[in-house]
Amino acid sequence: MSDPGYSGFFKEQGDTAIVHAGDYLNKLSGERIERECRERLKGGCREIVVDFSQTEIVNSIGVSILLGVIDSAAGTGARVVFSDLNQNTVELFEMLGITKHVEVR
Amino acid sequence: MKDLNYKQPRINPLAAERGKLIHTFGALAELGQEVSNRQGFHETIRTSLHLILGSLAIMRGGVARFSRFSHELNMVAGRGLGDNFPLSLALCYEDERQFLAAGLYPIENSQAKALPFFQVYDRSLEISRVELVLPLIMRGELLGAVFLGEKASGDRYTSHDKDVLCAMGRHIGVAIAQRNMLAELERKAEENHDLYENLKTTYKDTVRAFAAAIDRKDKYTEGHSVRVGKYAEAIASELGWNAEEIEGAAVAGYLHDVGKITVERKIINAPYRINAKESSELNKHPGVGFEILQPIHHPYADVPLAAKYHHERIDGRGYPDGLYDTDIPYIAKLVNVADSFDAMTTDRPYKRRRPANEVIDDMKRNAGKQFAPELVTAFFRGMLRELNGESPERRFRKLLGREYMETEGLSAMLQTTLNEMAPTSPLTYVSFD
Ligand SMILES: [Fe+2]
Ligand SMILES: [Fe+2]
Repeated sequence: MSDPGYSGFFKEQGDTAIVHAGDYLNKLSGERIERECRERLKGGCREIVVDFSQTEIVNSIGVSILLGVIDSAAGTGARVVFSDLNQNTVELFEMLGITKHVEVR
Repeated sequence: MKDLNYKQPRINPLAAERGKLIHTFGALAELGQEVSNRQGFHETIRTSLHLILGSLAIMRGGVARFSRFSHELNMVAGRGLGDNFPLSLALCYEDERQFLAAGLYPIENSQAKALPFFQVYDRSLEISRVELVLPLIMRGELLGAVFLGEKASGDRYTSHDKDVLCAMGRHIGVAIAQRNMLAELERKAEENHDLYENLKTTYKDTVRAFAAAIDRKDKYTEGHSVRVGKYAEAIASELGWNAEEIEGAAVAGYLHDVGKITVERKIINAPYRINAKESSELNKHPGVGFEILQPIHHPYADVPLAAKYHHERIDGRGYPDGLYDTDIPYIAKLVNVADSFDAMTTDRPYKRRRPANEVIDDMKRNAGKQFAPELVTAFFRGMLRELNGESPERRFRKLLGREYMETEGLSAMLQTTLNEMAPTSPLTYVSFD
């Protein structure tokens, strides 16, 4: 998969930002996603939807970055939605207690 | 908690436990790799922090490196600790002692209020919701600390969690230890470099001061040592030596007559040809010079040998040892050319300076007898190149004076002499007349 660049991660719909996690989440480059989310939250975004449809697996770096997004959203009272998670990832997030903080669609 | 219309999936608890283990070990394996990858230190620590937070789904945390000099924990990476978390946290000796005694194991903030560190930073740790502090200790040395906030699950840390954190902490400890070692090496290298530069400067200053002291003894040959040093430098650079070697040749020139400081002033300055007794007194100066210079550590080799043998001749008729050509250290032969040239081109107590054509002729005739021929040609070449404007330096002009260098036909004479001397090899011209 080619690098979609900064803006490529995001799609805006009203005050919702949709983020495509891809596999960028699992590397240090995932910090970019986190930074962009924070920018949008500051800009008044009320909901962040993380789309996992292209994500095979989430590793520890990915978890850390998602927690960063969750923490930022909690700071502004915005909602975080995880969509299109595969079964393995749902189970992992469930075990780690991440699903307590987000809506899973 | 927000209103979440989330449906609890059905999970087999055994499979779940296995999945969690795989996730944790994945993080541990990656951390090990990260540390051995040897990329930038800050990047390694940032990645390590992600891995440690992600492995147990910890909401926030940071990694600090301990500075033994300032006795502080300096934050290297942090996530979610907030802007007010201190960048440097001072540690007292009691804290360090207690940390070392407890070893690499997480300390619960809530249970450590007795330690000064937790009293001083109580508020900061509270605001940033730090629950655990993991001192990074390896081989009895405190290297840093990891600060950890609450788990996403809201559960307390289990002993299994703490074991995982210890394992990860060891990896981060290794990364910091590597960094410290590298920093120490760099510091030492720099220190050595500075020290060496310093020594060299001190050495050069001492050499110049010494040369001036030698020359002051001899009122007729004032500046002789310094000039010989400059001529030696000119010959060495003409021979294509490197900067260090050229500097060495200059130093050998500056110090060649250092032995004269023990010779009586009236002999050195005698306004007549000195007698045999006085001459034997004067002839001790190479040996004395060697004695003086030998115990000193010189950054350039052969400086003492240059002093000892600068009056040897390649035909074996020099002093003090009457050595032949190849037995004479090269630097001594080089200094000999520079020394003789200066003796001929300056006024002496009993002799006026000789004109350029005579000096050139004398040196040419003595090439292969007193002098190594290729050193004479190197000397002439240097002079000629300056006369022809081929070298930017004005060394000969400065040393000999403008008038001397503007002697009628000097350039042509040097050229002819060089042409004549060209086929002379250093070993075929030894004469024993
Ligand atoms: Fe001498
Ligand atoms: Fe001399």
